[in-house]
Amino acid sequence: MISRILLLTSALVILHPCLAQSLVEPIEAVLKVGPEAAHHREAAAAVTTLSQAPASELPRLLGAMNQANDLAANYLRSAVESVLDRSFASQKTLPLGEIRDFLLETRNAPRARRLAYEILQRVIPEDAARMLPGFANDPSAELRYDAVELQIRSAETFKSGGQSAEAVRTFQSALNSARNPKQIDQIASELRSLGVEVDLPTHFGFLTHWQVIGPFDNTRLEGFERVEPPEKEIDLAAEYDGKSGKVRWTAVNTGQEHGKVDLNPVLGESKEVTAYATTVFQSPIDGPAEIRLGCKNGWKVWWNGKFLFGRDEYHRGARIDQYRLPIQLQKGANVLLLKVCQNADVKDWTREWEFQLRVCDSSGTAILATDRPPTPKAAPRSPGKSRSKKD
Amino acid sequence: MKVFSPILPILVLSIASLSAADWLQFRGPNASSLSPETGLPRQLDASHLAWKVSLPGRGVSSPLIVGDRIYLTASSGPEQDRLHLICLRASDGSTVWERQFWATGRTMTHPKICVATCTPCSDGKHLFAAFSSNDVVCVDLEGQLVWMRGLTRDYPNASNSLGMASSPILAGDTLVFPVENDSESFTVGLNVQDGSNRWKIERPKVSNWSSPVVVTPERGQPLVALMSVSGISFVEPATGRERVVFGEGGSTVSSVTAVEGMLFVPSKGTTALRLVSDQEPPAVLWQSPQLIHSTVSPVVLKDRVYALNNAGILKCSAAKDGSRLWQLRTTGPYSATPVGAGDFLYLLNEKGLLQAVDPTAPEGAVASTLDLQDTFIATPSIGAKGLYLRSDKFLYCIKAR
Repeated sequence: MISRILLLTSALVILHPCLAQSLVEPIEAVLKVGPEAAHHREAAAAVTTLSQAPASELPRLLGAMNQANDLAANYLRSAVESVLDRSFASQKTLPLGEIRDFLLETRNAPRARRLAYEILQRVIPEDAARMLPGFANDPSAELRYDAVELQIRSAETFKSGGQSAEAVRTFQSALNSARNPKQIDQIASELRSLGVEVDLPTHFGFLTHWQVIGPFDNTRLEGFERVEPPEKEIDLAAEYDGKSGKVRWTAVNTGQEHGKVDLNPVLGESKEVTAYATTVFQSPIDGPAEIRLGCKNGWKVWWNGKFLFGRDEYHRGARIDQYRLPIQLQKGANVLLLKVCQNADVKDWTREWEFQLRVCDSSGTAILATDRPPTPKAAPRSPGKSRSKKD
Repeated sequence: MKVFSPILPILVLSIASLSAADWLQFRGPNASSLSPETGLPRQLDASHLAWKVSLPGRGVSSPLIVGDRIYLTASSGPEQDRLHLICLRASDGSTVWERQFWATGRTMTHPKICVATCTPCSDGKHLFAAFSSNDVVCVDLEGQLVWMRGLTRDYPNASNSLGMASSPILAGDTLVFPVENDSESFTVGLNVQDGSNRWKIERPKVSNWSSPVVVTPERGQPLVALMSVSGISFVEPATGRERVVFGEGGSTVSSVTAVEGMLFVPSKGTTALRLVSDQEPPAVLWQSPQLIHSTVSPVVLKDRVYALNNAGILKCSAAKDGSRLWQLRTTGPYSATPVGAGDFLYLLNEKGLLQAVDPTAPEGAVASTLDLQDTFIATPSIGAKGLYLRSDKFLYCIKAR
């Protein structure tokens, strides 16, 4: 049935003015959806109206997602799917030309573009498949992911066919495009098996050089909220009262594959403690960016002296990009401060006291500091003797 | 085993009291895990697999059954941030409709579960689906969106890096959804009309995957039982106001089973409570430290209570006093709670071995098995003349030939 749906070129789509106007108010109602169910009832009525729109209005509904918050985008998506269901059931034509144009305009909302792609994939799968390789560097994370998958499959074919040079070239191209951590790890593993060195901390943009200080007290988890001196001033020459005596800032760097900074060997493995880590990020640009943090301890983050977010969850797991914190980069020096808290639990899987942090854009592309030092070969480097995990 | 009350209520525990064959929430009618459905196969063999369909994403949530349709959730995508609502025909598993949403909250979970772990619920007209990202979606049964909430969007520290798993329930016109975790921990009562907060109460800052149940005291109005590590808080559905408390501990994984004024609590093995009114704390009837439930919830069939531990030992005790009757070795490990229809229980282990258990046999007996050779974490559902089993990738329908 789907194959019988005709491609209607954008040149043929002429909206009736009254029809187009009739969607203005419901779209505006949906765009007002906000926190704690704000404007939900109006939005529900609006979605019912939008769901009855003709298929010719699909580009408009997709376009409305450019102005939508993440909740409103879901309301619009629901309307798009209802329109599609009716269109497929009644074999109505879809404005595929306009949908394709919407997809190819990379300034449109990434998720809306992915939805446009999936519409094309459903109706004209061969055309969609032909377009996919072109999305390897796309702002849409999912389009990019699928395009990189194609590159990985292609490189694997070269490798299994004994074409090592082509395999390396294709894997390297895939690595340049990849933003998904699992894909990146897979590609890095393949490249290393072919004798190619890969600097993953730099690819991700993990910050590898830090100053750390601690331990401070976190008995009964009260240290999470307690303001210690580094929250008031960052003076790398200063000395403070810690949990078990005087504490000073110590330089630490990491060459760990995923930028993990392990505080245990640096500050001594102990429980019910907090520590601070700071670094200066020399930004090449002004503009919006993200801090992406992975941490299974309690943590707080400040950027240029402003508190961003904190979380008092302990030992429920960590991963790359676990938390995404929007920031505003200023060209030149930006000061980052991180607080990392350890709880009282003594189970073996609660010993980690560590974090991994990178700076990137919203697509996950690393933003590298202008003074980024070479990635250390050995990690982590500790000035003192590491305590055994069995201690 | 310790018996606390000399006067025990007369138990008339019969599935005949269940009003409909629809399976509208986690563990079905009254969260009992029991269905009034008849005619399910007892001597299982491969011919009872009526159909098997692939699903568009992962899921640990159970299917709902409303009339001749099945509703379930799934999650997909590299970041597991695609949330699916799917409607299938019970007759052949074909898709009636599907809706997708983008998660607004964090999607990290333990690999054993996924973002689609909470089982949805329904009032027979609408579907209320919750996800580990703390997104809650209401659609009508034709898939038309009514509202969507992003509770982590609204309350940014409400999440669990291992994943959220509590299933929402309907209590009157309030949707009760626990968002209990180590950080910003609460339970909300949402207005089913528009998803707005009727109430939001602070809860213990402890990760909690157990699901609430509606309990009706012998005297008074229905209450919602919210269990956490310290015990059970019984709250009014309309206001969230706490009415009575059971403070002797509870599970943060398994859930309470309520049967006609009695509660079987996965606490200290099993603790049986009697909720006389909405004014006084529940009375402890008995406790049995041996009746351990691991991750599954208690099942009460006829006058017996069953506990299934992770090693596969199914223990049967008298519901009235907890006295031990028998125990049966079955094949585990289990994540899914057993479900029952007629006199039989159906146990589904994580490796896909479905076991039909005849609990009327003198020491219980595994009457038959069917090996589906797949990974199952979700609790099965019963209705529309079939047993519906949801694996990580497929939905299976088991029914009589």
